[in-house]
Amino acid sequence: LDYQHVQVPFEITLWIMLASLAKIGFHLYNKLPSVVPESCLLIFVGLIMGGIIYGLNDKSPPVMDSDIFFLYLLPPIVLDAGYFMPSRPFFENIGTILLYAVVGTIWNVFGIGFSLYGICQVKAFRLQDVSLLHNLLFGSLIAAVDPVAVLAVFEEIHVNEKLHILVFGESLLNDAVTVVLYKLFRSFCEMPTIKSVDVFAGVGKFFVVGLGGVLVGLSFGMTAAFTTRFTKDIRVIEPLFVFLYSYLSYLTAEMFHLSGIMAIIACAMGMKRYVEANISLKSHTTVKYFMKMWSSVSDTLIFIFLGVSTIGENHEWNWPYICFTVIFCLVWRALGVLVLTFFVNRFHVNTITSKDQFIIAYGGLRGAICFSLVFLLPDFHRKKLFIAATTVVILFTVFVQGMTIRPLVDLLAVKRKRESAPTVGEQIHIRFLDHLLAGIEDISGHWGQYYWKDKLEYFNSKYLQKILLREYDQPKSSIVLLYEKLERKHAIELAEAGQLGHTLPHPSFLCSGFLCSNSDRTVVTDQKLEDTLNLDVLENIQEILARNLYRIRRMGPAYNRHTLPGETEPGEHAKEILILRHRSL
Amino acid sequence: SVSHSQITRLYSRFTSLDKGENGTLRWVSSRIQLTCISYAKTDLLKWLCREDQVNFRGFMRTLAHFRPIEDNEKSKEQNGPEPLNSRSNKLHFAFRLYDLDKDDKISRDELLQVLRMMVGVNISDEQLGSIADRTIQEADQDGDNAISFAEFVKVLEKVDVEQKMSIRFLH
Repeated sequence: LDYQHVQVPFEITLWIMLASLAKIGFHLYNKLPSVVPESCLLIFVGLIMGGIIYGLNDKSPPVMDSDIFFLYLLPPIVLDAGYFMPSRPFFENIGTILLYAVVGTIWNVFGIGFSLYGICQVKAFRLQDVSLLHNLLFGSLIAAVDPVAVLAVFEEIHVNEKLHILVFGESLLNDAVTVVLYKLFRSFCEMPTIKSVDVFAGVGKFFVVGLGGVLVGLSFGMTAAFTTRFTKDIRVIEPLFVFLYSYLSYLTAEMFHLSGIMAIIACAMGMKRYVEANISLKSHTTVKYFMKMWSSVSDTLIFIFLGVSTIGENHEWNWPYICFTVIFCLVWRALGVLVLTFFVNRFHVNTITSKDQFIIAYGGLRGAICFSLVFLLPDFHRKKLFIAATTVVILFTVFVQGMTIRPLVDLLAVKRKRESAPTVGEQIHIRFLDHLLAGIEDISGHWGQYYWKDKLEYFNSKYLQKILLREYDQPKSSIVLLYEKLERKHAIELAEAGQLGHTLPHPSFLCSGFLCSNSDRTVVTDQKLEDTLNLDVLENIQEILARNLYRIRRMGPAYNRHTLPGETEPGEHAKEILILRHRSL
Repeated sequence: SVSHSQITRLYSRFTSLDKGENGTLRWVSSRIQLTCISYAKTDLLKWLCREDQVNFRGFMRTLAHFRPIEDNEKSKEQNGPEPLNSRSNKLHFAFRLYDLDKDDKISRDELLQVLRMMVGVNISDEQLGSIADRTIQEADQDGDNAISFAEFVKVLEKVDVEQKMSIRFLH
């Protein structure tokens, strides 16, 4: 039995297998995922596993190594988030998102840090030795909203797009602030004296970290787009480039102590447009599939490890400190959201309703990033207290807030995501309004978002597309792409109904299949059906079908963990139908 | 209505766009032809104000459509004339930009013109025609092969037009 030889890969595979089996198990019971979010169930499984290991070995189970988390488990999730980020709502709300991410996080950090320091002053709690700096350090790692947890919970409750993008965008972009503050306070802990110069250096560092991360990401993204320009003959490895470049951008940013999350997001968002135009449809599907798969596995593993690591002797239970931590997290977040939203609503057309504000405040979940950061703390005598407090906060937010957010959303009747089929007309009108607004803004001398978007489009079409795209003619506009996608679906539906070879479906078959289920106005007489297929009849029927049968498959939300965004491959004879239809109309 | 500071600001902008005399705006395309790919900016002002010469009043009136809807306005009484920046008026404004011959319908040709400008030059006419056909098919309910104002409103009912067609004039 040569276990030593295969031990590491074997154990890794076993853990992943356990995670996936657990996932299958949850979905077998239909009711369970709707009541309890999946993340809770996974932590629960982790707790059980941890308990088993503890019982068997009688020592603490392996704690999730921070390196493994930051280098292997986190990037796939963030890549998935960045690649499938709906860019239009994201950039429309970018001001608000940045405000929440930067100012909100700083507010939370200092608020929590100072109030916990105040608690430490109370003699009865025996916490005198926790200094202000330690409290601020703790505040910096516990204040940040975690994208993994937010994703896991929010994707199941389907709130309206703007709300989702606000919370989610904030959780992604606050990484820069978290990184800077955490490192800053940690270095302060080790320095004997702190001068004000150091504080200013910290502030400057924030800009460097954030913007530097974005720049690194963008440069890798552009390189990726450029590389895919030449991959026409080796389609098979095209998806690999997407992943390689994104991961490289993350690692490079981490190497330079910049924000890796922002790098990978910038890379994904920057390259998406050009890469999708360059790579083949199959590669495209492969990229999507692999991304979803990896991020799903990572996500599951993170939660299970969170559960496993909770069991053990790593904790020091000082109940007052822990309780106050939880309370302060909630209170300061609520206050922060209120104050910031007040400012946002004054300067913006998009007002955020108070219900939305409540969900934003309540949706501030903490997760695995806090957990890993707390284990990275230098060893000092109160470290176990912090570990315990972090664990409780994470468990509280994931279990209590995660489970109750769905009933609350229902109770408050928060505006839900609108489930509607996309139409070409809507797309055209929206684009038209974009142009119109850009023109109006220019005329009135007001440099608003449409103006800049327009300028960016211009820059894009003049320079970027020529360099980064393979074919020299412009990529098709989104209107044409949407039209083609809908046409393909229509044709496939026709094909499925017809169950045919290479000839067109006999009208009688089609009509009996479809029109019977239709409550509709037009009636095709039997006489006509018996006729041979002449073009008039065909056109008539196709027109009827087109007008009455618009059952377009609903596009699932792009940020859903379990399903891919709606995608079909045009079969060979669906294409034939398409061609024939175009010829006949 | 618009505040005093906003009016002064817009007036200075208007005069800077103005080429001619006495506060009327003449079409000198070189002035307005800024580097921008957005569609037909030179025609845009013309269409916006629906006449070849635009005075400040027309300019203001057009821009008034783009004021954001304030909450307190919603509670105003219904029997006054509808303010220019209501949702229906905003939509009507956009509708008029499509509808070149002012017959209160967007016909296939008018749609084709708009599409051509937005979609670019490398799409064949036939495909463009198909897209236009499909758009009309999706929207048309009374079967006249054109989009009336009511149908236009229905297509955009899920879109947040009030927020999209608003510009906040600061200071």
